[in-house]
Amino acid sequence: MLSKEEKELIAQIWEKMIPIASEIGSESLHRMMTTFPGTKTYFSHLDIRPRSRQMLSHGKKIVLAIAECSKDISSMMVTLAPLQTLHAYKLKIDPYNLKYLSHCLIVTLAAHMGSDFDPVAHAAMDKFLSAFAAVLAEKYR
Amino acid sequence: MVDWTDAERSAILGLWGKLSADEIGPQAFARCLIVFPWTQRYFSSFGNLSTPAAIMGNPNVAKHGRTVMHGLDKAIQNLDDIKNTYAALSVKHSEKLHVDPDNFRVLAECITVCVAAKLGPAVFNADTQEAFQKFLSVVVSALGRQYH
Repeated sequence: MLSKEEKELIAQIWEKMIPIASEIGSESLHRMMTTFPGTKTYFSHLDIRPRSRQMLSHGKKIVLAIAECSKDISSMMVTLAPLQTLHAYKLKIDPYNLKYLSHCLIVTLAAHMGSDFDPVAHAAMDKFLSAFAAVLAEKYR
Repeated sequence: MVDWTDAERSAILGLWGKLSADEIGPQAFARCLIVFPWTQRYFSSFGNLSTPAAIMGNPNVAKHGRTVMHGLDKAIQNLDDIKNTYAALSVKHSEKLHVDPDNFRVLAECITVCVAAKLGPAVFNADTQEAFQKFLSVVVSALGRQYH
């Protein structure tokens, strides 16, 4: 459950990330593929070297989608409907991996925000990303 | 026996040298109680845990955070035998403290986030994160090993 203050905090944080979406996104992907090598299996068609053009572009897409959702968290089911279909019927990424990416997004945010990513922000973000992942995986079965 | 590459060994030891257990321990443990509030179940004797501010200012929380973080010193000194290093501690957490072993994983996650916030992306880069998380997962596994 997210309080009104937590929703505002989450929206503020992602708003700040929009201008550096490709940095944050590609760094999170790189952290994920380095720490959890099984996740690389989904990227055999892409150049996964750190900060490659494709990783910057892919990372940016992911961060912008999350940022968009964060602007109106109550409408997540509607906003994410197309991505739900994509993940369930086309990408078929084992939903467990969504946890790994969420974790690496949080580590990336912590590394960049330092003490601004305090325990209250961390709690809100963890809850939001768990909900986001759950909604994304809804159409799987 | 865990296989550590030379790069991983040096990343872990290098990282440990940059951290203060007395600083990170309280932060990580407080964060754990705040971000994953069900972990508070083991600490009803700690006093006021009702708000994030109360948790972060609670001296029992700080003291326990230091104790737990210093517990990792032993693993750092015994990278090649973490399993046996923690055998007794694992029994204690299972038989005496009755701690759900998933909590070790949860605390490890909080330690990682605190370290990232402290060191920044250049120092706590992807390779360092990989080595550190591998180290923590070995510790987590060792602590859960004697449960039955």
